[in-house]
Amino acid sequence: MTEHYLSLAVKAVFVENMALAFFLGMCSFLAVSKKVSTAIGLGYAVIFVLTVTIPFNNIIFNFFLRPGALTWIDPSLAQEDLSFLGFLCYIGTIAAMVQIVEMTTDRFAPKLYAALGVFLPLIAVNCAILGGSLFMVERDYTLIESTVFGLGSGIGWFLAITALAAIRERMRYSNVPSGLRGLGITFILTGLMAIGFMAFAGIQL
Amino acid sequence: MTTEAKKVLLDPLIENNPIALQVLGICSALAVTTKMDTALVMCGAVIFVLMASNVSISFLRDYIPTNIRIIVQLTIIASLVIVADQFLKAYVYDISKQLSVFVGLIITNCIIMGRAEAYAMQNGVGSSLLDAVGNGFGYSLILIATALLRELFGAGKIYGQVIFPAVHEGGWYYPNGIMVSSAGAFFIIGLFIWLIRTIRPDQIEEQELG
Amino acid sequence: MRHSTGYIFLFAGAICIICAIVVCSSEVSLSELHKNNARLDKQKNILYAAGLARSSENLSSEDVQLRFGRVKAIAIHVEDGELAPEIDPDFYDARKAAVDPKAGRSAPPNASAIKRMARHAIIYHILEDSGEVGMIVLPIEGYGLWGTLYGFLALDADAKTVRGLTYYQHKETPGLGGEVDNPDWKALWPDRVAFDESGEVAIEVIKGQAGLPVGDPHRIDGLSGATITSRGVTNMLHFWLGEDGFGPYLKNFTQVNNDSIK
Repeated sequence: MTEHYLSLAVKAVFVENMALAFFLGMCSFLAVSKKVSTAIGLGYAVIFVLTVTIPFNNIIFNFFLRPGALTWIDPSLAQEDLSFLGFLCYIGTIAAMVQIVEMTTDRFAPKLYAALGVFLPLIAVNCAILGGSLFMVERDYTLIESTVFGLGSGIGWFLAITALAAIRERMRYSNVPSGLRGLGITFILTGLMAIGFMAFAGIQL
Repeated sequence: MTTEAKKVLLDPLIENNPIALQVLGICSALAVTTKMDTALVMCGAVIFVLMASNVSISFLRDYIPTNIRIIVQLTIIASLVIVADQFLKAYVYDISKQLSVFVGLIITNCIIMGRAEAYAMQNGVGSSLLDAVGNGFGYSLILIATALLRELFGAGKIYGQVIFPAVHEGGWYYPNGIMVSSAGAFFIIGLFIWLIRTIRPDQIEEQELG
Repeated sequence: MRHSTGYIFLFAGAICIICAIVVCSSEVSLSELHKNNARLDKQKNILYAAGLARSSENLSSEDVQLRFGRVKAIAIHVEDGELAPEIDPDFYDARKAAVDPKAGRSAPPNASAIKRMARHAIIYHILEDSGEVGMIVLPIEGYGLWGTLYGFLALDADAKTVRGLTYYQHKETPGLGGEVDNPDWKALWPDRVAFDESGEVAIEVIKGQAGLPVGDPHRIDGLSGATITSRGVTNMLHFWLGEDGFGPYLKNFTQVNNDSIK
């Protein structure tokens, strides 16, 4: 069993890397990767929020939205299928979670808040977070699997943005054509990194 | 039309393009641009959602309590996206099937959230609508141009019409696999940014000094 | 701007109600169209898989109904392949049945990540003008890269030769795995042979290019850039044509067919 979870985690980190294999969360990926220290801050926040929201959305999906999920309230509801409300519920959970996390860290862990605080609002609209929940539904993960998956994909995203930020810091010493400087060369870099990550595609664990 | 309105409407096309300068809405730009028809439908859906969300958020801007504003904005946007998704499924079933999860990901398309937060929360309904139209078309411009190049070089076609007959269909053109993969989209958008900044040197970023 | 807690709750509630009304009314008013689209799409795909229509044609819903006249839906028990006359094929929904505790069961271990399957299945016979069965169309499903692919496989009346393969629902990457919808790729399927001499499932989507059906009957070109989708297609064909899938039914069918010829 442990082996199963381990392989799921490794897959989420490398093979199915959210940023470089599925291209999710690109906006903040490109915008907040100028410095390694800020990239690390955002990366931690993504790990944290993914690990919390995916299992939570898993519970919502299994107990409310899935076709026939409402039978625990009343058997006559077995025919109801609320899955069309999915987007609304998942994004609602994500936004609410982000605000709750923001408030609790502010209250109980001010040091952590000082490090993550500015990134938290950004995360509500990071498509890696919503994408993670949509994948969870699509692949029919159990509660434990979705926790492992959330943690793994968060770590994968963290690694990708840290790597990009490190490359961008190095780029300061290179002579980039002026029109490409900054955003332009970052796009091309990400394309090259994506080609590198293609090497992982199809590895079966 | 007043100069102010014109500026709001036309600026996002080149001067302040949402993809090329504001770095918003990248994910979908990569995912749906392998073919022209999916790109066009995606643009339509984004423009619809952007207009409706900017108008309704601007309309409500004085009533939305500040501490729950993000969740309120997201709720409005998510509802609009579900409506758009339903319409696509009802009227362009085939293409909506190809777009799959990316219709849902319009919710987190930062253009919509970004314009709501940065513009509609501060400005009147009329100019928010213009802002939405401008940004929507600025986004579409890049999306369609990218899709045009990717479909042309990746499959030898434009809007499904054969331009370069591909080798496996008995022609002479070897389709370029990189163009179809997402990495190709990165390269094309990177080059677009180069092009825009060559025309508009004021957009060039400062050399960062360590 | 500061607001009282009561106002915040009231505002949040009002927004929820308005959004719920908008979303639900669009769902309710368009759900008929969605169902029609989905049904028409399914019928079209059965026709495509059977080669009775081409995707380049622009079919009206009347055309589809007309051509669908040659198609006969039949309900069967998956496990033993016997007919299931107690099931009405027009109203059987295999996907709903699969998750139902009674009408479904957990699937035997398989490489297609199928967790539950329905006890019954609806298959289609395409009738010749003479009334004989010309083709069998089987529903198949299985995991690709992003999600489950749903489709139809058309076999010749010999229950061995492939006549067509079509997917009507999938979430593969457009341009890569999404190319399972490409008419050129689908055109590679007819005349391939699904089983080898010993009766084992042998059909396989390979990496790279395969030969013509005559010299290379069991292999199909891979989808370039979509190894996982290609492997998913192979896996699901092996599952559905094997003992846990429609294997028993196909055996019964050949038996009956051979007897009637004798």
